[in-house]
Amino acid sequence: MAQLTLRVNGKSHSLDIDPDTPLVWVLRDHLDLTGTKYSCGISECGACTVLVDGAAERSCTMPVSDAVGSEITTIEGLGVTELHPLQKAWIEDEVPQCGYCQPGQLMTAAGLLNRNPHPSEEEIVAEMSDVLCRCGTYLRIKKAVAKTVKGGKS
Amino acid sequence: MSRITNLSRRDFLKASAAATGALVLGFRMGQSANAAVAGGDIVFNPNAWLEINRGGEVIIQVPWSELGQGALTAVPMLLADELEVDFGKVQVRKARNDPRFGNMGTGGSRSVRTSWDPVRTAGATARVMLVAAAAKRWQVPVDECQARLGVITHEKSGRSMTYGAISAAAAGQEVPVDIPLKPKSKRTIIGHDMPRKDTPDKVVGKADFGLDQRLEGMLFAVVARSPVLEGSVKSFDDTAALAVPGVTRTVEIETGIAVLADHSWAALKGREALKIEWDDGPNTGLNSANISERLAAADPAKAPVMRGDGDSAGALTTAAKVVEAVYELPYISHSPMEPMNCTARITGDRCEVWVPIQSVTWGESVAAQYADVPRENVTIQPTYAGGGFGRRLMVDYVAETVAIAKAVGRPVQMFMTRQDDTRHGLYRPTSRHTLKAALDDQNRPIAWTHHLAAPSISGQLNPERFSDGRDEGAVNGASNLPYEIPNIEVTYSMVNTPVPTCWLRSVYNTQNGLANECFFDEMARSGGHDPVQLRLELLPKDSRLRGTLERAQKEWGWPRKLNSGRGQGTASHSSFGSHVTMMAEVSVGDDGWPRVHEILCVVDCGPVVHPDGLNSQIQGVVGFALSALMREEITIRNGSVQQSNFDDYPPLRLKEMPDVTVITIDSEDDIGGIGEPGYPPLGPAVLNALFDATGKRVRKLPIAGNFKG
Repeated sequence: MAQLTLRVNGKSHSLDIDPDTPLVWVLRDHLDLTGTKYSCGISECGACTVLVDGAAERSCTMPVSDAVGSEITTIEGLGVTELHPLQKAWIEDEVPQCGYCQPGQLMTAAGLLNRNPHPSEEEIVAEMSDVLCRCGTYLRIKKAVAKTVKGGKS
Repeated sequence: MSRITNLSRRDFLKASAAATGALVLGFRMGQSANAAVAGGDIVFNPNAWLEINRGGEVIIQVPWSELGQGALTAVPMLLADELEVDFGKVQVRKARNDPRFGNMGTGGSRSVRTSWDPVRTAGATARVMLVAAAAKRWQVPVDECQARLGVITHEKSGRSMTYGAISAAAAGQEVPVDIPLKPKSKRTIIGHDMPRKDTPDKVVGKADFGLDQRLEGMLFAVVARSPVLEGSVKSFDDTAALAVPGVTRTVEIETGIAVLADHSWAALKGREALKIEWDDGPNTGLNSANISERLAAADPAKAPVMRGDGDSAGALTTAAKVVEAVYELPYISHSPMEPMNCTARITGDRCEVWVPIQSVTWGESVAAQYADVPRENVTIQPTYAGGGFGRRLMVDYVAETVAIAKAVGRPVQMFMTRQDDTRHGLYRPTSRHTLKAALDDQNRPIAWTHHLAAPSISGQLNPERFSDGRDEGAVNGASNLPYEIPNIEVTYSMVNTPVPTCWLRSVYNTQNGLANECFFDEMARSGGHDPVQLRLELLPKDSRLRGTLERAQKEWGWPRKLNSGRGQGTASHSSFGSHVTMMAEVSVGDDGWPRVHEILCVVDCGPVVHPDGLNSQIQGVVGFALSALMREEITIRNGSVQQSNFDDYPPLRLKEMPDVTVITIDSEDDIGGIGEPGYPPLGPAVLNALFDATGKRVRKLPIAGNFKG
């Protein structure tokens, strides 16, 4: 067990915790931020993706100790005062079906746009192919990211 | 630790299926609550579906689980259209188990189609009562009053009143019968794209899935289950597990050893630290190869005839030519993104359950059984489900959770890891299809035979009921072959195995539809016929399926001129009351991996309730079915499932997703389902296109490395 301070969505949290605990469980079970989803636990599916200092990372294989000192953003912190443009596009295009992978899809897209505000369609497809969706909302994900890149226009 | 039950998992599923008749996912309309004044703030509750409170808020209860298919939006649309309210203001709720809804189960693409009449009627009934109450208060004739957007107006006197203001009085009205429903031209919500009710919460992380439930004093539980099918615990040592900080205790249940902890990670670490000696049981010799051999050995002559038109055997002996092929399909897993989980709290003689589930009523039954409380003391609150695809029709995970909660006397959330979910799933059955066609001297079919050998989902659950080997469900999509051929014989050999099986999106249509439509293509091409033309010749003139094929032919421009290396294929299939034709354009990449470039889908499901929802379901099912076709396969080795996670059971990704065009034939014909009917034609359309592109027939799935090297 170790005493850690974690910065999540602009707030500091003191934790007494096994430093090997994957970040996803810390967010969900200790900080009650259940928007970040567990699905595979091996960084295959991307449902657990969060932003670590603005970059998309898999929280299911990241020990919480590795996140100390970084600013973590979860789906709950993506659009606080108003929805993030990606979230607006997701609503307009009715992207989700079951919705379980969508926090990870959105955080992955947000990470992409942080790094590259104007990705090409190929770059969008390459990046978003990292995140699984069993419902098959892929075409709408692609469309909604492309729309966000163009300032909200299809 | 404590030992609490001694039923094996298979026995449990059998026993509870028999007890509840849960295979019949029947439905009856919510009976009237006698329009009585309801409790609390609700003042008008004319039926199970609808509540209006003092503030005029309209609350619609949806007894169908929201799995992503859009039931929480489309079903309320039916009611709201007849009720004449602003759909944007309608609040929707996931209904708890409620006997007024009958047997609550979400499957068979039934949510909208079986709601079509009763839910519209529920809305119309309430509207008539509200208007009658307003007319009575104003002392004016009812037919001078109009309802629109939750307001009743009497134009002659210029008066108006909201539903909220009159709802208490409406509760005193007699419940009218035989109310006419709106014609299509008058519908303002049905057939229009309304915003989904669940989307806003789903993009901000607020949607409450099963794993997001949190109760005071709740423990997280994971279960160590036998790696071998039907194995059991011989002995175990939990000393090291209990030493993991956060682990509170262990408990033995019928399926294995549960480890309980204050948080998920501790439970997982605790489980890793368990030392268990397993009794592997009777199945250590079970391998996929044995199962395939058993299917191949099934004797068609001994198989029950599930459809027998004319004399197929005779026609086969006198035919000018016989075409024959064998198709083999593997076990596949549902693998929804949210693994199986359930949260339960037992307090005295009450049991509350929060769970992503398809079989609410069956869940109620097993919760009562495992909590040992009366059924009426069980509450099942469905949560959002992170996908279902049929897996959540089984309630094994509810039984486990309630058993653990009962044993430990604390609220419990049991969750499966992805590995648990894959290895301890219940699978779409493997199958083997032997098809033969007898052709005349014009190369037209005069006989068609289809021998299916496969495990029976119903027969494995309920062996006594299916002891005659006749499972009509197993031949869905085979026995209803839509073509006019004078001699047709469909036979079924029930080959049950210890591998647990379960309904998966479109169920046996996934296999039978593929075998039929691929073999049709083989038959047509072997006789020099265009596969679309031959279908059109053999489909009845008034067939709705034929209508979808004609429309697809026109939209696609079949046969389309293609670039070199490309192929095109088609398939048509009816299931769950809907009729679908798909056309596919494909090629094989330099890496030996097929690429599906484009899918055209023409659907006739009768009235379209939510057009964008339909489009979303078809796009989605294309991805889901293509994923299975390309590389999904569950295999068994020494009695264990070999796959475990998305690395060795890898679903389709965005980069492999084709463009999808969806066209609907909007009609007022009988309404069909939409969640499943898109699955069956996808596989054969793609396989037929791959043959067109390469000259190679794939008859054993998945495609996997078939085009490499």
